[in-house]
Amino acid sequence: MNPGMNAGTTTATPESAILSPELLRQHSITDDEYQRILQALGRVPSLTELGIYSVMWSEHCSYKSSRVHLKRLPTESARVVQGPGENAGIIDVGDGWVCAFKIESHNHPSYIEPFQGAATGVGGILRDIFTMGARPLAVMDSLRIGPIAASSKDETTAVIHKNHSILEGVVSGIASYGNCFGVPNLGGETRFESCYSGNPLVNAFALGLMRKDEIFYGKATGIGNPVIYVGAKTGRDGIHGATMASEEFHEGSEQKRPNVQVGDPFMEKLLLEACLEAMRTGAIVGIQDMGAAGLTSSSCEMGARGGVGIVMNLDQIPQRETNMTAYEMMLSESQERMLLVAEKSRAEEVLQVFAKWGLDAVIVGSVIAEPRLRILHRGVLVADIPNTSLTDDAPRYHRPVGTWKAPVPAVPPAEILRQMQSSRNAEADLKTLLASSNLCSKRWVHEQYDSMVQTNTVQGPGGEGGVMRIKGTKRGLAMALDGNGRWCYLNPRLGAAHAVAEAARKVACTGATPVAATNCLNFGNPEKPEIMAQLSTAIDGIAEACIALGTPITGGNVSLYNETKGEGIYPTPVVGIVGILEDVTTAVPADFQRAGDTVLVLAATTPAKENAALASFGSSEYARVIFGSLWGQPPALDLTAEAKLHLALAALAGARLLHSARDISDGGLAVALAEGGFQHQLGAEITLAASETSDMLALFGEDASRVIVTCAAASIQRIEQLVAQYGLTIQARGTTTRATLTVQTDKRALLSANVAELIPIWADSLESTLRQEVITPAGRMA
Amino acid sequence: MKAHVYVTLRTTVLDPQGQTIHGALRKMRYQGVEDVRQGKYFQLTLSDALTLPEAQTEVERIAREVLVNPVIEEYTYRLDVL
Amino acid sequence: MKFGVLVFPGSNCDHDTYNVMAEVVHQPVTFLWHESSDLENCDAILVPGGFAYGDYLRTGAIARFAPIMQSVKKFAAAGGPMLGICNGFQILCESGLLPGALMRNAGLKYICKQVHLRVETTDSPFTHALRAGEVLKIPIGHMEGNYFCDAETLAQLERERRIAFRYATPEGAVTPEANPNGSLGNIAGILNEGRNVLGMMPHPDRSSETLLGSADGLRIFDSLMASLATK
Repeated sequence: MNPGMNAGTTTATPESAILSPELLRQHSITDDEYQRILQALGRVPSLTELGIYSVMWSEHCSYKSSRVHLKRLPTESARVVQGPGENAGIIDVGDGWVCAFKIESHNHPSYIEPFQGAATGVGGILRDIFTMGARPLAVMDSLRIGPIAASSKDETTAVIHKNHSILEGVVSGIASYGNCFGVPNLGGETRFESCYSGNPLVNAFALGLMRKDEIFYGKATGIGNPVIYVGAKTGRDGIHGATMASEEFHEGSEQKRPNVQVGDPFMEKLLLEACLEAMRTGAIVGIQDMGAAGLTSSSCEMGARGGVGIVMNLDQIPQRETNMTAYEMMLSESQERMLLVAEKSRAEEVLQVFAKWGLDAVIVGSVIAEPRLRILHRGVLVADIPNTSLTDDAPRYHRPVGTWKAPVPAVPPAEILRQMQSSRNAEADLKTLLASSNLCSKRWVHEQYDSMVQTNTVQGPGGEGGVMRIKGTKRGLAMALDGNGRWCYLNPRLGAAHAVAEAARKVACTGATPVAATNCLNFGNPEKPEIMAQLSTAIDGIAEACIALGTPITGGNVSLYNETKGEGIYPTPVVGIVGILEDVTTAVPADFQRAGDTVLVLAATTPAKENAALASFGSSEYARVIFGSLWGQPPALDLTAEAKLHLALAALAGARLLHSARDISDGGLAVALAEGGFQHQLGAEITLAASETSDMLALFGEDASRVIVTCAAASIQRIEQLVAQYGLTIQARGTTTRATLTVQTDKRALLSANVAELIPIWADSLESTLRQEVITPAGRMA
Repeated sequence: MKAHVYVTLRTTVLDPQGQTIHGALRKMRYQGVEDVRQGKYFQLTLSDALTLPEAQTEVERIAREVLVNPVIEEYTYRLDVL
Repeated sequence: MKFGVLVFPGSNCDHDTYNVMAEVVHQPVTFLWHESSDLENCDAILVPGGFAYGDYLRTGAIARFAPIMQSVKKFAAAGGPMLGICNGFQILCESGLLPGALMRNAGLKYICKQVHLRVETTDSPFTHALRAGEVLKIPIGHMEGNYFCDAETLAQLERERRIAFRYATPEGAVTPEANPNGSLGNIAGILNEGRNVLGMMPHPDRSSETLLGSADGLRIFDSLMASLATK
């Protein structure tokens, strides 16, 4: 049974590889890094060791460019049970429950093979959650794809087709994996922008629940305890996936296709049930999933966290292919595998649980006192590495940080300014906006996801945040994702702060109190000082907002080198916020509920003055869609006022005063009002309190920290009192109606539209855009 | 011996996947495609101990009882003697 | 009244169905593992949704060979009430307990949303507490829910009034627009000859609490409860 682990006392050393500059370059190891390897080992590495260093020191695993900056993020609060550094962050939810959650990117694999890339992205984040002992409660995704509308003037037809097939593939990959696994998908958000054409972003978020006294960590302890491999067999999948995720795309990257892993959600479902059952035996000491760099990262990280070492005999590894080398096994990224350490005397109990679920579970090694990773293969010691040289002592770089400069002028081009001053048809503009791919209904995406399995979904996709109940308690959890790359491009610090504020506002609109955050930082090549400037200032923006809003970062992921042919994406930090509802029955929906309700537009700040409003209008969806132009800055953000807005929303919801609440964001007041009524075919008649700006800015400007709420007329007084306590102003009032959407001041009408006409424009736009496309040979049918 | 089993929807049953592929081919201006039907393909590696008639009987039984839902599907197969 | 919920590897609505029986209907309920053949004296069997065996061959195709299915067939033949939901419906069709088959949705995509069902017959333990022609709001979540059978079988189903539910508009009109998946005759659920086995694609387990958006599905479970009680 025990595969003879006497390597703990071995005196032999692995056979050194014949190293050439070419070999080092293939492994993306710089000369300096090579010197560090020599120092750590005291000798020339073997080929297997070189491979191990190559993946562990890749940007993807080591965070070597971002680590020094990530330290500035707030990570603590009374609710945080586990901050960054584990498989996922954990917060205390109350009543003895905690939740684990995290967001992670799978950008590069999703470009190479959209279906499998996205599917395995979901699989990976789910394992990060259940490896901690949590049963996944919900997932969401943030997708960034290049333009899909045939009318996009900047793109060739071939690019549009490619974007279309990426969207099709990514959405069906996410659906296929999550639906089969049995976790509800609450949607998330999908945006289209030219910069993502060669570099789509697929960020997957997952959240799971467990009891506070049943948390498991990825930590090896107990000298002599067996190391057990469970789950799928190891094949040659994804070898060097981690290094691939740390390189720019160039011509020929698509030929890396054989590297892409294939997901098996059925296996993952069995693995979930088996792992949770095995954990209940009490015989498991530590457990970690095999994600990027598979066996390597799980073994050295578990050893490093426990201050011990691990020795493994690769002959014992369940293998799917024949004649695999040690190098291939250590670097394989085959999916649906876990590594765990069990109590020595109780390994058999653990093995039996996995046998019940029909899964491979094999003792492949043991915990040793020396803090090293030792790998045996066919009787030969092929790797013997100090753990911490792979983890904590991996290189970290203070890469040159450039000075950030505004990339576009602060004021609109003269021609646009002329158009803005001429009179426009607001109804026509509203229709154009509602049909545009960023604002139209994402029903086509989220109806492909099972949003209801597990019967906890109180609010599914299509609203502000998702809301889940916690069975057996009165509580609920709300969650939302946000990230506006265009705003971060215009001002990384402010744009990133907006990502936090808007995600938190969406959560607050449900009535929940935002309590914690996770982030996925998608940026370009960190070796360019201007990219480091974006990254560094965006982190500052996230830090400021998270501190102000009381939502510490508990984990996440950094994805760099998102560039194709030297063209970077917009800096795109995506933020996930989790909030708590003490009583889930107080959750507030995003949609207007009935005609005749009172509508109030609540604002935490005063409206921007004309000049500032004009500058921020350049960052709006209106400027992008109607004018095809980009100028200025994102809207101003007062984080103190924003925090008060969230408190006010929680108070209003807790007192059951609201029938609906929704954020005013992309497309401004007019779009938010229209969308609020679509679900129940309602309109609204609104009167603005005062309008110091032009009609266009009042209707379509995207000033932050504003929400639309509806309520019974009888509740108005209490609401007015409450919002005044939090320093909010009421910028507009009105009533929900059956048929029309009108916005006016006391003097004149700004907008009038027929709701029945607007609905199909908004609801069917995405589907009909996609239908117009020809399915390219690369487009996936399955 | 290898058995190659092809499972398709019965000709009387609508095949929306096949139709979609056919429509796409037409739009992409591939000439001369009258119809597309799609299906599944199974490769069974059989024990060398089986005689040819035994192999035929076994493969037909597997196809009939497991691989095919006779309400909507039909199959053809081919045996390769290595 | 004791309910049994079948569990196959890959079932993922087993807990949902269990939860409704235990926490909403407040009845004894137990999981029945696919490798067992003991139905543990259950009064009714529920076949939950999910992806049994990953649905990798065809939906429900491998589950029908599970040891528990032999006992389930005997139970059904003896008139025991059995409800198959979603993947459970697919398994019952593959097992021959219900006629026809469930094919890939006409739109080729997985669809998860609320739909409306018109009650077509009240002559069954599952529907006798409902009113014929009334409309229930119950969600679907499937890739293969496109009901198909040959013309003869369809005629027989119609003649014997064994179509339990059809997809309809909120007002109760059975129209092509109300058909989410291309099912023949908008069929959402059917009964066996003995009327003791119901298979339906929509999920009453997901619509038994108003907090989750609809409690209309509960009325099917309540109906089953009432009919068991009068036996």
